[in-house]
Amino acid sequence: MSQTAGRSAGANVLIGLSFLFAAVALVVPLALIFSFALREGLGAYFSAILKPDTLHAILLTVVTAVIVVPINMVVGVALAWLVTRFKFRGQQLLIAVIELPAAVSPIVAGIVYLFLYGNQGLLGPLLQSSGLQIMFTPLAIVMVSLFVTAPYVARELVPLMRQQGTDDEEAALSLGANGWQMFCRVTLPNIRWGLVYGAVLTNARVMGEFGAVSVVSGSIRGQTNTLPLQINLLFNDFNIAGAFAAASTLALIAVITLVLKSALETWERR
Amino acid sequence: MAQHRSKHLLPGFGLSMGISLFYLTLVILLPLAAMLLKVAGMGFPEFWRIISSNRALAAYRVTFSSAFFATIINGVVGLLLAWVLTRYRFPGRRILDALIDLPFALPTAVAGLVLVTLFAETGWYGQLLEPNGIKVNYTQLGIIAAMTFTSIPFVVRAVQPVLEEVDIDFENAAITLGASRWQVFTRIIWPTILPAFIGGCVLSFARSLGEFGAVVFIAGNLPGLTEIVSLLIFIRLDEYNYEGAAALAFVLLAVAFLTLIATNLLAAWQVRYVERKT
Repeated sequence: MSQTAGRSAGANVLIGLSFLFAAVALVVPLALIFSFALREGLGAYFSAILKPDTLHAILLTVVTAVIVVPINMVVGVALAWLVTRFKFRGQQLLIAVIELPAAVSPIVAGIVYLFLYGNQGLLGPLLQSSGLQIMFTPLAIVMVSLFVTAPYVARELVPLMRQQGTDDEEAALSLGANGWQMFCRVTLPNIRWGLVYGAVLTNARVMGEFGAVSVVSGSIRGQTNTLPLQINLLFNDFNIAGAFAAASTLALIAVITLVLKSALETWERR
Repeated sequence: MAQHRSKHLLPGFGLSMGISLFYLTLVILLPLAAMLLKVAGMGFPEFWRIISSNRALAAYRVTFSSAFFATIINGVVGLLLAWVLTRYRFPGRRILDALIDLPFALPTAVAGLVLVTLFAETGWYGQLLEPNGIKVNYTQLGIIAAMTFTSIPFVVRAVQPVLEEVDIDFENAAITLGASRWQVFTRIIWPTILPAFIGGCVLSFARSLGEFGAVVFIAGNLPGLTEIVSLLIFIRLDEYNYEGAAALAFVLLAVAFLTLIATNLLAAWQVRYVERKT
């Protein structure tokens, strides 16, 4: 880049302003989480995290992510394959439908599920008569999490696969590979970093989802409370130390997400 | 990419179409249809009465004006950050680049908790602001702060790739021909990044309209003053007023859908823009 040597004074001011903004808006808030979580020492920190309700919230959050992330990875690959490798009628509409969950308020995401599976919902009477309860159970949390993160993997893969084109795959087929061999030996290695990156983003969103989950979970302590809901409960109980201890686990995941993202982008470029 | 691909040159059309349609129907379309049916079932006069009630109007006003201010802040700051990250090489650049995505990686509830603590009377920022008469927590300023934080990355990430593509030769040629730095920016760079910039602003605005987690912590949620639409929907649900919740959710859904259309049009504009230039 031509401006590398001998930056102008103006450039230095702009760089300084950027760092100032990043410090005030990003670094200080992040530092505050860990500072407040550890304010009363490591012992208090661990005893706050090891409280049964918080522990259960951590467990529920992890289990939800373990179910949702693989499902949305498979579906994301299928969607990206469909959209980038074939042309068909309604393609634009399909892409718009995939994107909708990311554009809508998480509260709306929760509500649409309530009106499908809730007692006054479309399938409510049917579910009630067969004795099935979906709303306010961990299953509902899994379902809304699938909804809110549906676009994430496809969104990473579609531009990547468009740019890569189909030459490698066509070559594999012409050399006698069958569909699965082509997919496992050519497609998957080509898109692996994009796929991992999509999974990392999906995971971060699933673990952190608040609005949609708060509508469908019922927030029953020790039963259907995920970590973000637990933070809200502890905060409303004026248990600030407990809230920050729980928040620090999610903040740690956020930091790991950022580091992974940065690393994956570097690997992808190679 | 081959221009004329035969439809079945590559395998997996049936399988990927099957998975996609099954999943989209079950996870996205069916729940959406259930809500639309709920709204359709209440009749237009009832729907209109709910969405034009005074409390709803006040909630729109608070939500839209806060999102507007948050978007302006993020537009200016996003442009600055995108510019600095693409144009200069300096120590700490990669860390700054990675940090920008923090609001996407950090759960909104955590963001809300942090902001309300920072701006509390005794908080790190609050103790500097409150003596000067600036109260952030439980006012609209708090809502703006929460919306700003959660949508910081949108404009940066929209403008950054386009700015990287701007041909530096054009700029150098313009400068050789006697253009000032400011003229280069307004005549060459700004028109090129404009579609991406507007696209980023639209996404940022849409995200702010729908933001819930961060806002509920800091807003104080006073009806008419600091009550956002998402929260009003949540309150209606708590009151078992499902029609009220459905009607207001429909409004947010319609706005989100319009946003999607707008961003798609902007993306198409961007492509034509680039093609015209090359």
